[in-house]
Amino acid sequence: MTVADRIISLDRVTKSFGKAGSKAGYVAVDNLDLGVERGQLLALLGKTGCGKSTIFNMIAGLTEPTSGTVRVDGRNPFREFDSFRGKIAIVFQGDRLLPWRTAVQNVELGLEMLDMPAGPRGNTALRWLDTLGLRGHEQDYPHALSGGMRQRVSIARAFATDADILLCDEPFSALDEMTARALRAAFVQLVRDNGKTAVFITHSINEALEIGDRLVVLKRPATIAIDIPVAAATPATEREAIRCRIQDVLAA
Amino acid sequence: MTMPEAARPEPAGRSMMIGPRGLFYVLPFVVLAGLWQIGSLFFPPFLFPSLVDVFRRCIDILTSWSQLSDVLATVGRILAGLAGAFIVGAALAVSMFRSRAVNDFLSPMLTLFQGIPALSWVVFAIIWFHGIEPRIFFIMVMTTLPAFTFQVLGALQGMSRDLMEMVMSFRPTRTKLFRTMIIPAILPDILTAWKVNLGNASRVVVVAELVGATGGVGYELLQQQQLFDMAGALAWTLQLVFFVLIAQSVLTQIENFAFRYRAASERSL
Repeated sequence: MTVADRIISLDRVTKSFGKAGSKAGYVAVDNLDLGVERGQLLALLGKTGCGKSTIFNMIAGLTEPTSGTVRVDGRNPFREFDSFRGKIAIVFQGDRLLPWRTAVQNVELGLEMLDMPAGPRGNTALRWLDTLGLRGHEQDYPHALSGGMRQRVSIARAFATDADILLCDEPFSALDEMTARALRAAFVQLVRDNGKTAVFITHSINEALEIGDRLVVLKRPATIAIDIPVAAATPATEREAIRCRIQDVLAA
Repeated sequence: MTMPEAARPEPAGRSMMIGPRGLFYVLPFVVLAGLWQIGSLFFPPFLFPSLVDVFRRCIDILTSWSQLSDVLATVGRILAGLAGAFIVGAALAVSMFRSRAVNDFLSPMLTLFQGIPALSWVVFAIIWFHGIEPRIFFIMVMTTLPAFTFQVLGALQGMSRDLMEMVMSFRPTRTKLFRTMIIPAILPDILTAWKVNLGNASRVVVVAELVGATGGVGYELLQQQQLFDMAGALAWTLQLVFFVLIAQSVLTQIENFAFRYRAASERSL
């Protein structure tokens, strides 16, 4: 992968919190180099507290690195925050739906930020709710939806803006396995069909293997331990070998 | 799968309960009125006037423009004072929320203001201002400003960080952030603040008018006191009570409409 192919690029990125050297201070990300190609679905795997969410926040432009550079589509997502309006969409760990908005109004949120007129905005939101199997629940408030349905609404909200880059922070971790599996399949299909670039953070090896076409395993403090491509056609024996290798790294 | 517990309509049995509940709500007032009426049979009218007399005086006030205009003047003063205090308080709360230095500077000052009795503000206003309306407006604003500011500040500080981060991830303009996130998130606390301050303001306005005005419910109460007219004093007091009840019920209607998204549990606290 050449630098030119990268839509997301982290070069020697370090992020520390608190005063360096103090007891309260710690390094969350240490001299990390990571690039994501356009159209790639990268699964970022690591144990809790290994700095996955810090990387996520830096790519999203919500946090600035202490040193090094983060570039998304050639620009700094923190300094040029507003210029990424409609370019990056996020699916969070919780559904984070606005309780005072109906399902369709929640999906419309990102489109409102893009100044889309009400008519097309509503149609787009309804189309995405339909795609995610929520026809008939458009006017329901979040409290009247189940956890799986709420997470579907939040996925619809992210896809509705037609952003080039999708960032997902363990979006299915709070759901039961059956629902999570169904949503994972729907999510991968949507990413592929719409040609998105996605960074998918997870702490589940199975989920990472199921979703990613590239898998990066992080060890503390957020340095790369494993970086391997995982094609859908990868034979089961090879997948099992990858799983064992990941387990060894995480256990260490 | 939906959650039927949250969305299910009220059971039929509950609507049947409204009758007895309503009765229980009205009962204390009926008992109080009855005791007063009995008292009026044994005491002279300047101590315990008959409720019929009080009712007649209420009708007089409502049907005579010169008297009704006094009620409306008081209502206008309450609303203007509350609106002024809310606008200034909300602006202060936003600046305190955005800047810790501003918060550290203004917080003790507002706490100090809270400790100053309403009557002291009345005296200050009489010394500082010439006109009646500026005096009363100043008193109303100064007595309700700290509560509005702290309540709006509390609402801003209590906003969900997760939801705020989610909305920020869409990179909203400042106006859109206010419209889509901040206003709906703090609205419940703002309405509660209005309800609380409405009661406070209706008490303060009477004191302000009693001392520093030539019209309004407070001024009329002073006249009734000088005439030893208890029926008149009660009738004028009731005008203010009616206004507070009407205003509270309007705010409740707004609440019911604005917060229809809230889940209703069948099992109450």
